[in-house]
Amino acid sequence: MKKGVMRPGHIQLRVLDMKEALEHYRDLLGLIEVETDSQGRVYLKGWTEVDKFSVVLREADEPGMDFVAYKVLNNQVLEQLEQELKEYGCQVEEIPAGELNGCGRRVRFDSPTGHMFEIFAEKEQTGKWGVKNVNPEAWPRDLKGMKATRFDHCLLYGPNIEGTVKMFQEVLGFDIAEQVIDDEGKRPALFLTVGMKAHDVAFIECPEPGKLHHASFFLDTWEDVLRAADLISMEDVSLDIGPTRHGLTHGKTIYFFDPSGNRSEVFCGGDYHYPDHEPVTWTADELGKAIFYHDRALNDRFLTVLT
Amino acid sequence: MNTQTTAVDIRVHRVQVVNRNEEYQCREDKTLLVGMERSGAHAIDIGCRGGGCGICKIRVLKGEYERKRMSRAHISEAEENSGYALACRIFPRSEMVIESDHYDPATIQTK
Ligand code: FES
Ligand SMILES: [Fe+2]
Repeated sequence: MKKGVMRPGHIQLRVLDMKEALEHYRDLLGLIEVETDSQGRVYLKGWTEVDKFSVVLREADEPGMDFVAYKVLNNQVLEQLEQELKEYGCQVEEIPAGELNGCGRRVRFDSPTGHMFEIFAEKEQTGKWGVKNVNPEAWPRDLKGMKATRFDHCLLYGPNIEGTVKMFQEVLGFDIAEQVIDDEGKRPALFLTVGMKAHDVAFIECPEPGKLHHASFFLDTWEDVLRAADLISMEDVSLDIGPTRHGLTHGKTIYFFDPSGNRSEVFCGGDYHYPDHEPVTWTADELGKAIFYHDRALNDRFLTVLT
Repeated sequence: MNTQTTAVDIRVHRVQVVNRNEEYQCREDKTLLVGMERSGAHAIDIGCRGGGCGICKIRVLKGEYERKRMSRAHISEAEENSGYALACRIFPRSEMVIESDHYDPATIQTK
C-alpha cells in the first residue's frame, strides 16, 4: 500500500580521496557538481534530476555508505511516517533542515541490516541541469563522460534482510518487485520498488551489517552502456563485470569501482512494476543467471567485495 | 610531428609471494595488485582495487613501498605499523617479499 514515499532522494558515500572521487563521479560518470558545503562534503546530481542534489560525497578513512534517503510527498506524510517508524521500534533521529544545504528536515532511522535510512519532504528544486522546463531541448550539450541521467537505486548487503524489507513494506509502503527464493523457502535477495521502477532499493543477505554493494545510475540506451564500457577501458578504471544483462530486473548493466573501492553501476532498460503485480521470482539454483544473465554464473566478487 | 612521450625510467621490482609460491615483476607506478594482474600471476585475490573491500590484504615481510590511504575497516593503525597493507594501495620501491590471503571477514571493524 502506498504510504506517500515517492522516490530515492540522495545517497551519502564515504570516499578516501575527494579529488579522485570527483574524477570518478563528475568526470567519468558525468554527474553535475553542485556545491561543496562547510564540512567539505561535495554534492552532485544527474542532469535530469529536478532536485538540487542526489549524491553527497564525504571524505573519510573508511569507504562505504553513510545513508540513503527517500523523498516523501509532503511534511504531513513526513510527520506521520516518523511516528510510525518510532512505533515500529526504529531508533529515529531528527536531522534539522539545512544540515545538508538546500534540504529540509530529515528523519533518520536504523534497520535490522545495519543500514541508516532517511526520509525527507523538502529539497530545493533547481530543475533539470542545462535544459529549461518550458519547451525543453532533448539534452544539454556540455555533459561529461557517461552522462549519467540520475541516481537510480542502491544494492545493500546485511543480515536479516527480511527484517529490513518488512519495515520498508509495512511502514514505508514499498513493494517487493523481484525476489530470489531457495529450496527452504528463504529469500537471499529482495528487490523493492516504491513506484513503477524495477527497483528503488535492493537487499542481499550477508553476515556483515551495513554494507554497500553498489550505487547505480541510469543511462538511456544499451549504446550508452557500451560507451560507458569504452570509457572505463580508456581511463583504466577498475572493472568488475560487464557490459552484460541481469536476469533480475533484466537491466543491461556494467559494474565498476570508484577510486575508494565503492562499486558503481550504470545501466539501462529493465522491467516495470505496478502495485497489483505479484513479485517476480528467481529460484536460488538459478542465482548465477538471475544476477548475470549471459555468464549464468556469479563471479566471486559479487558476493564478497563490499564497502 | 607529434611529440611522443614514452615511459622511461620506470623501475621494476621483483615481488615474492611466499604463501603461494609465486613471484612477479611490478612497476613502480603500479600497485602490487595491479602489477600482479598485469603479469598474469595468481598470487593475491582481486577485489575493488581501490582500498575499500579488504580482499587483497597482505603482510609485507621485506621491502620498501609507498602507500595511499586505505580503509581503516580493514587495516587498523596497529596493523599498519606491523606491515599489513592492502595490495591495491601500495607501490613497490624495492624488491619485496609478501604474504597474501590475510583477508578475514570476521575481523572487519564496523563503525
Ligand atoms: S582489492 Fe579491495 S581493498 Fe584491495
Ligand atoms: Fe543495480
